[in-house]
Amino acid sequence: MARYIVKRLLTSLVVLFGITIIDFAIMTMAGNPIQIISGGPKVQKEVLAQKAQNLGLNAPVPVQYVRWLGQVLKGDFGYSYKTYESVSSMIRTHIGPTLILMGSALLISLVLAVAGGVFSAVHQHSRRDYAIVTAAFLGQSVPQFFMAMVLIYIFTVRLGVLPSGGMRQLGSAGSGVQIRYLIMPVLVLAFGMAGRNIRYIRSAMLEILNKDYLRTEKAKGIGRFLVIYKHALRNALIPIITVIGMEIPGLFGGSIVIEQVFSWPGLGLMTMNAILQRDYPVIMAVCLLSAVVVLLGNLLTDILYAFADPSVRYE
Amino acid sequence: MEETYLQSVIRRFKYHKAGVVSLIIVAVIVVLSVLAPVISPYDPNAINPEFSAPPSAAHFLGTDSIGRDMLSRLLYGTRVSLLVGFLATVLSTGIGVILGLIAGYFGGIADMMIMRFTDMVMSFPYILLILVAGAIFEPGMWNIILILGFVDWPGVARLVRGNVMALKEQDFVKSSVIAGMPQRYIMASDILPNAIAPILVFATSVMAISILDEATLSFLGMGVQPPDASLGNLLNGAESITVLTQMPWMWLSPGLMIVVLVICVNFIGDALRDAMDPTTIR
Repeated sequence: MARYIVKRLLTSLVVLFGITIIDFAIMTMAGNPIQIISGGPKVQKEVLAQKAQNLGLNAPVPVQYVRWLGQVLKGDFGYSYKTYESVSSMIRTHIGPTLILMGSALLISLVLAVAGGVFSAVHQHSRRDYAIVTAAFLGQSVPQFFMAMVLIYIFTVRLGVLPSGGMRQLGSAGSGVQIRYLIMPVLVLAFGMAGRNIRYIRSAMLEILNKDYLRTEKAKGIGRFLVIYKHALRNALIPIITVIGMEIPGLFGGSIVIEQVFSWPGLGLMTMNAILQRDYPVIMAVCLLSAVVVLLGNLLTDILYAFADPSVRYE
Repeated sequence: MEETYLQSVIRRFKYHKAGVVSLIIVAVIVVLSVLAPVISPYDPNAINPEFSAPPSAAHFLGTDSIGRDMLSRLLYGTRVSLLVGFLATVLSTGIGVILGLIAGYFGGIADMMIMRFTDMVMSFPYILLILVAGAIFEPGMWNIILILGFVDWPGVARLVRGNVMALKEQDFVKSSVIAGMPQRYIMASDILPNAIAPILVFATSVMAISILDEATLSFLGMGVQPPDASLGNLLNGAESITVLTQMPWMWLSPGLMIVVLVICVNFIGDALRDAMDPTTIR
């Protein structure tokens, strides 16, 4: 077990190293930062040359990479081209609302997916089963931004009960979150995620329900509730862990679009602005950060597997 | 008479009613969009005198804020979105199949390098990668196809690799190896045909995702550029609050078209999975 974890850690480190290279390569190919900073043809050439010198852009690319990596390892992601703010402090101020958004969406989608999946499996081939599976298909197929628009149309425009955004300006002070601003973005994210996962949990549950040991439990006559919630669901823990693992990479991506539509003042909106303004230090940092989160997520899922399923073998 | 594999797949596909209905709907949409130049009532870029007009007899789905006919734009937009979805799927599936085949068949260092590279690509959030690529390259239809194609292959590669590794252990492949068949032949004639069913099923889900991603990218203004229509950039106009609140005809029809297309493609994939799985008995 310990050996397995160490081995997984080492592979993750190799992958992480590769990710830093890809990250740096993409941004280097993307363009010369001097053009972005200069903001127009009016700036004197000498000034630009000095700036390039200061930023170390005259060194060969591999040298630049090593320098950049050294700084990143110290937690220094450089400064934004646009606001001249330190990127790490920008991330620190924006990560809170995003974590709240993603966390609530993950939690609610899990509850929905597990409840829906189990219910569907227990009532296999009934109308209620088909209704849930169809709803899941819908959740999987509706573009998030379109669902967001429909929700805004219904709840903000027609009913006027929920705000469509504007909790506060991006980058302004405060980090609190008000529930009424949270409801619609979380709904959209959770609906999509639950849609993807219901069918997965349903089929995992069906498989478990047909196992011999569950037939025994049923035959013992301990009642449906105990059979399902005590014995079956416990064995469904592994598919649930898989689902969480699969959602982690998508969560951040989803939050970019949703934060844009609902102007949620988090990391996603900050990233979208950075992308539109070609603010490469910010984009690089966010890419790297999210890759690390994904890697950690995968690592954690693999280790959790090992605990949840003693029959997993490590080689 | 013994029925062929294809016949049995078709027979079993028909059991999946939602799949059959979806196939018909998609076929109709494809035909309509291919025929767009013939059947659209107006030129999709022509500006008519009545702008922001609600649906009427002259303009079935109304007109947009500068007076272009929504129905014509919807037909042309669907055409672009379908093309993007299809070509991106072909490209990413092709890349995934080749890499997965090499990794699974040869194993060793090639496998390790390809799979670690796959891990790396998979570790970047998908949308983020697409958005960054969309910002770096000139937005436009062909670049979107390339971006989606080059980003969405890791899933296929993993799937193919797993299948190839399992197939390699089968006796009929081993016998070809012992018979001294060239590797090219073994891969093309023994392995690939037997791995095609799961690839096809997976490809349908990639196509659904590609259509959604094109829509998202174009919605955010980084995809297909106006005046060309795509389902995503038709929705882009609805970010304005007046359009959203008072002119639902401008965003409901493209939005519903995306939903219908993606649901149908997903159902077809589901039906294919059932029809091609040899373990389901029917």
